[in-house]
Amino acid sequence: METNTKLVQWDPTDVKTEMLKKYPPKVARKRAQQIMINEAQGNETPEITANVRTIPGIITMRGCTYAGCKGVIMGPTRDIVNITHGPIGCGFYSWLTRRNQTDASAAGAENYMPYCFSTDMEDKDIIFGGEKKLEAAIQEAYDLFHPRAIAVFATCPVGLIGDDIHAVTKKMKEKFGDCNVFAFSCEGYKGVSQSAGHHIANNQIFRHVVGENNEEKPGEFKINLLGEYNIGGDGFEIDRILKKCGITNIATFSGNSSYDQFASAHTANLNCVMCHRSINYVADMLETKFGIPWIKVNFIGAKATAKSLRRIAKYFGDEKLINRVEEVIAEEMPEVERVQSEVRPRTEGKTAMMFVGGSRAHHYQELFNEMGMKTVSAGYEFAHRDDYEGRQVIPNLKVDADSRNIEELEVEPDPVRYKPRKTNEEMKALEATGFPFKDYQGMAADMGEKSLIIDDLNQYEAEKLVEILKPNIFCAGIKEKYSIQKLGIPMKQLHSYDSGGPYAGFKGAVNFYREIDRLVNSKVWEYLKAPWQLNPELSATYVWE
Amino acid sequence: MLLRHTPKEITERSALSINPAKTCQPVGAMYASLGVHGCLPHSHGSQGCCAYHRSALTRHYKEPISAATSSFTEGASVFGGQANLLQAIENIFTVYEPEVIAVHTTCLSETIGDDLPQMTDKARESGKIPDGKHVIFANTPSYVGSHVTGFSNMVKGMLRVAESTGKKNGKVNIIPGWVEPADMEEIKRLCALIGVAITLFPDTSGVLNGPMSGQYKMFPEGGVTIRELKGTGDAIGTLALGDWCSADAARYLDSQFKVPCRILEMPFGLKATDRFIDALRTIAGVSVPEEIAHERGQLVDLISDMHQYFYHKKVALVGDPDQLIALTEFFTSIDMWPIHIVTGTPGKRFEKKIKKLTEGSPFPVNVRSAGDMFLLHQWIKNEPVDLILGNTYCKYIARDEDIPQVRFGFPILDRVGHQYFPTVGYKGGIRLLEKVLNALLDRKDRDDSEQSFELVL
Repeated sequence: METNTKLVQWDPTDVKTEMLKKYPPKVARKRAQQIMINEAQGNETPEITANVRTIPGIITMRGCTYAGCKGVIMGPTRDIVNITHGPIGCGFYSWLTRRNQTDASAAGAENYMPYCFSTDMEDKDIIFGGEKKLEAAIQEAYDLFHPRAIAVFATCPVGLIGDDIHAVTKKMKEKFGDCNVFAFSCEGYKGVSQSAGHHIANNQIFRHVVGENNEEKPGEFKINLLGEYNIGGDGFEIDRILKKCGITNIATFSGNSSYDQFASAHTANLNCVMCHRSINYVADMLETKFGIPWIKVNFIGAKATAKSLRRIAKYFGDEKLINRVEEVIAEEMPEVERVQSEVRPRTEGKTAMMFVGGSRAHHYQELFNEMGMKTVSAGYEFAHRDDYEGRQVIPNLKVDADSRNIEELEVEPDPVRYKPRKTNEEMKALEATGFPFKDYQGMAADMGEKSLIIDDLNQYEAEKLVEILKPNIFCAGIKEKYSIQKLGIPMKQLHSYDSGGPYAGFKGAVNFYREIDRLVNSKVWEYLKAPWQLNPELSATYVWE
Repeated sequence: MLLRHTPKEITERSALSINPAKTCQPVGAMYASLGVHGCLPHSHGSQGCCAYHRSALTRHYKEPISAATSSFTEGASVFGGQANLLQAIENIFTVYEPEVIAVHTTCLSETIGDDLPQMTDKARESGKIPDGKHVIFANTPSYVGSHVTGFSNMVKGMLRVAESTGKKNGKVNIIPGWVEPADMEEIKRLCALIGVAITLFPDTSGVLNGPMSGQYKMFPEGGVTIRELKGTGDAIGTLALGDWCSADAARYLDSQFKVPCRILEMPFGLKATDRFIDALRTIAGVSVPEEIAHERGQLVDLISDMHQYFYHKKVALVGDPDQLIALTEFFTSIDMWPIHIVTGTPGKRFEKKIKKLTEGSPFPVNVRSAGDMFLLHQWIKNEPVDLILGNTYCKYIARDEDIPQVRFGFPILDRVGHQYFPTVGYKGGIRLLEKVLNALLDRKDRDDSEQSFELVL
């Protein structure tokens, strides 16, 4: 309980001051706006600055637009040949490094995820332009694999030298006739973080793939799961539960996904948004163009999973489904509760910090809560204000130069296929029962009073936070992992989980309880000091037997 | 099958690289910079590059990798990155307090033509570099060469601080090339045993194989110091280990300060280590100490003891030129047959060198510079091998083709040991051969029938 006494000693305002002390004044002023002491009460949430430029020289956790587009959103789709147009590095680093699992076991299934495709641009391509090489590369990929889709991703120099990747892909698509070829202008310098890449990916997948297959899929209660990336098999567990409940998942964006899932997404009747940050654009566009409403769900945490299932069932309003969902929850919960009660005596009262992504730093608080652990500080790496404060702030968001250059698709109702899944009256009736459509309240609402919410936390601040508040576990990404662990604090990656998973759904919750128990109670943390360091005095001579 | 779409039939590709056997320059520059004491590498480009390089190095070493970035936005990409770099330099010296910042470029800053010498001069003139602190730099365009080129360029970049006082300091410069921290440690040990005073640069030992002690040091004890780097201009000579990684820097010292150099192979395996030790002995004018002769004898002993198990085994090798040249020589010298050898790094002289080393092989030897692992896999499908030696990405080929693999090179993302145990020198040769034997013998034990399964091997 040492950690809690420390907490009492440190007022969050002092922690904030301490973190900012060493910065040059300009940096301190900027960072001060991204560090918020949570005083969220009802709808009154203090304002945080987010989705702004990273400060040069400050060791950030963030990555780039290409990483958000090719790595995060498009990476987990198995049957699209993803060609990185650029020098070799970007393709190389995004090659199999995200632990997205996929099930390509069906006979004849295509799976290009273990491959890395690149145009490997050289100086002559930079000088004379890379369009010809890109065209040849697409042709070679087509000749070798005959995939149903080829996607092209721009890296920094591509935009600078002005290669028209969209013209090249359009030409090749027309030439092939049986292969959809499309491109993403996701140069790394665009936007301020991965977030811009998510948006670009959303736009292009919506523009080029969604709606391509009008075939009706079987299933009574059809949903899409948006913003779930099947890291460590999360999506497999969610699909298991959905199937058990009798809910059909038409398309996951984009864990364990295939081209056809995206192409058929418009045939679902409800969109369930997991990671709000990375995929809410597709949700909005699916609603506008096809009339599919969206709700926020969260399958991280057993209670959250149950709540999300109930919400889906309520949407469909089918008695049979509602009952089935209750049966499934009743079947799954005993094991969850058993492990929870086994682990809880060892985790109760411990503290956690989480700095990842655009949703996970919020979602995982559910699991820590279930273990009796308190999140004392959290923040996102690439979120926008709405992810902290809730979607009601969206109309007031400042559109700066960096956001302005990310395309906003103008979407209109499809003249043929737009079909509101519920009438206005039905929607209103549901809303009247406290059923929120198109709503996300953000992280702040769920965090404790006076907890520290920090956007785009950096290396220096992380070290300070850990030093001052001494959490029992710190969660971030691979770059942060070992500097935290050197301090003797266990660190769990919440981007890729290090190893293990799934952590979603009911079985995932059990895995997570056990994993966190292993980490915070590992004996290794007792070994940091050698016996002679603990007791350095040479007080006596050695006693021989 | 994981790589189910790789056909056996080989078609030449002119534009599409599949499963690369190289990555880009900046990560090599970042690795080299970490071998300078108190140095914070800085990536001048958009922040994704830095994030990717830090992640790759972190996964390989399971150690913190600190590096900063200029965090270009679209504006900086249009107007140039000077403002970002100057702000970065000021912030870095204020917040992290390194001794040195080592700036490398990226394809972004190279394409827009950012002028690093001018920008670092400007930083100095405007007082952003505190007294006694340093900013070194290297141009590392990602669209030229490979990660090996970037390493080489940054090693040369370090020598910007070199000076000549006109008086020799009696030390030998050793440029180890892109080897592991444990290898660098081993090279220092061997030199100390022979009694040659050296400056090893870069030197990542003590930086990337650190202990866990409850303290985090952004700048650990290890690394070559700026003072030592200054002294490289006064050295009596330079031994560059590996043509691709180290020759440029050695030649720079020769042309700038008349420090003579010799380019040797990286000391992997018996013969290359023999040449390295012989060079050190000759430079120092001493006999080789018994301890080293003993280690050599142990390696020869192991080769003879277990010869029957690796004799005429076919090997596929993939990695970087300097390492592959030394390893091809090693395997050939112990009667193994390297038959498919691929590096992603361009340079036709690599192919010539390998052809020469494998002359007399009963198999046609496939060798390719600027090749990729897709091609290697196709070669293996056409002429199977008994062993694959290469980085972690090879495990997809190894599993699909059911071939044992020894992990070697960069990156190793799924095993440990490379941080702690050297593969250079005689002792390193013993470890490497042990790994090869374990892979082959584990396979033999798995595959032998019950009748022929043996206790004693």
